[in-house]
Amino acid sequence: MEYLSLFVKSIFVDNMIFAYFLGMCSYLAVSKNVKTANGLGIAVIFVLLITLPVNYLLNKFVLLPGALSWLGESFASVDLSFLSFILFIAVIAAITQVVEMIVEKFLPSLYSSLGIYLPLIAVNCAILGGSLFMQQREFANVGESAVYALGSGIGWYLAIVALAAIREKMSYSNVPAALKGTGITFMTVGLMGIAFMAFMGISL
Amino acid sequence: MANLKETILNPILKGNPITVLILGICSSLAVTVELKGACVMALSVIIVTGVSSLICSLLRKTIPNRVRIIIQLVVVAMMVILVDQVLKAFAYAIDKQLSVYIGLIITNCIVMGRIEAFALGNKVWPSFLDGVANGVGYGLILIIVAFFRELLGSGTLFGIPVLSAIGYTNNGLMILPPMALILIGCIIWVHRSIDKSIQEK
Repeated sequence: MEYLSLFVKSIFVDNMIFAYFLGMCSYLAVSKNVKTANGLGIAVIFVLLITLPVNYLLNKFVLLPGALSWLGESFASVDLSFLSFILFIAVIAAITQVVEMIVEKFLPSLYSSLGIYLPLIAVNCAILGGSLFMQQREFANVGESAVYALGSGIGWYLAIVALAAIREKMSYSNVPAALKGTGITFMTVGLMGIAFMAFMGISL
Repeated sequence: MANLKETILNPILKGNPITVLILGICSSLAVTVELKGACVMALSVIIVTGVSSLICSLLRKTIPNRVRIIIQLVVVAMMVILVDQVLKAFAYAIDKQLSVYIGLIITNCIVMGRIEAFALGNKVWPSFLDGVANGVGYGLILIIVAFFRELLGSGTLFGIPVLSAIGYTNNGLMILPPMALILIGCIIWVHRSIDKSIQEK
């Protein structure tokens, strides 16, 4: 039950886009049509689901104060938490690279549909943000961090596909010249965010 | 000399990283609820973009082309760690309030974008100025948004009551995240109405 609540919460209430603005750059840049938005969304879910548990273990067994005590008594007082940014980003960059190679080798059809988006994900704030939030919230075990990763990935996916669908429709409407393109997109996202706030009170 | 002036002014006005290039929105919008947080965030970004542009520009002849992204990431991450540690030591409350967003400067597209587009092909001094100017252009938008959100949302500026003193009822909507997006939309609208050359077709 706890997992379900965390899952639903990370999709709707703590939505990566509408509540925290994470991954906004690629969100705005790649949401011009539904097909590419779909590809990027799936890639984000995929990478989040792999990097978050790995970073969780890294945090638990290397970075936290006293985490290195499994190496021996003398390591019990080591505190490496100031290294977390650099290690997290290195893990994310390395994993996206490895995932890219594996997918290219074994799932060529998926690879061609994800295209250039896989490598781009290394610098997507949603991924690093997910890891940092995971560190901040101090999840109890790997399972929780994986559920959180899946939930927030799906939330991101829903948000980008919805925006892409709206922008496809919007290309037929008459927008003031100065608002065309980015301006109106920002406002659309804002309005979608207000709609998503309706989920705020959900508790399971 | 005219060229240097162009380097400084362009990112602040015509090529503003947020309203025109749409870079680095991710890590910033959530910190604009209060002016204080926005100012600290703006300052951190200015320092990180400026100094990492400087370092990457110094190293530009020695960085092999194939591994440049990783090296840039390491330089940027190092700068962000330094800024984060300084904030933790001297402004702990603000660091807690900005929470993960300081760390997210690493993946802020402005930093990487400027290094990639400018610092790797230019001399040290212009690169440093370019980094700082882009940080300023970014901070400017951040502070404008935070100004309106704090003024209309809580009736204060830097925590000092301004509107609430004259019987203004706070507009709770301004504090909610979506309003930041709508405000930026409005800023873009104003900016592009004044400067018609950057309108999209």
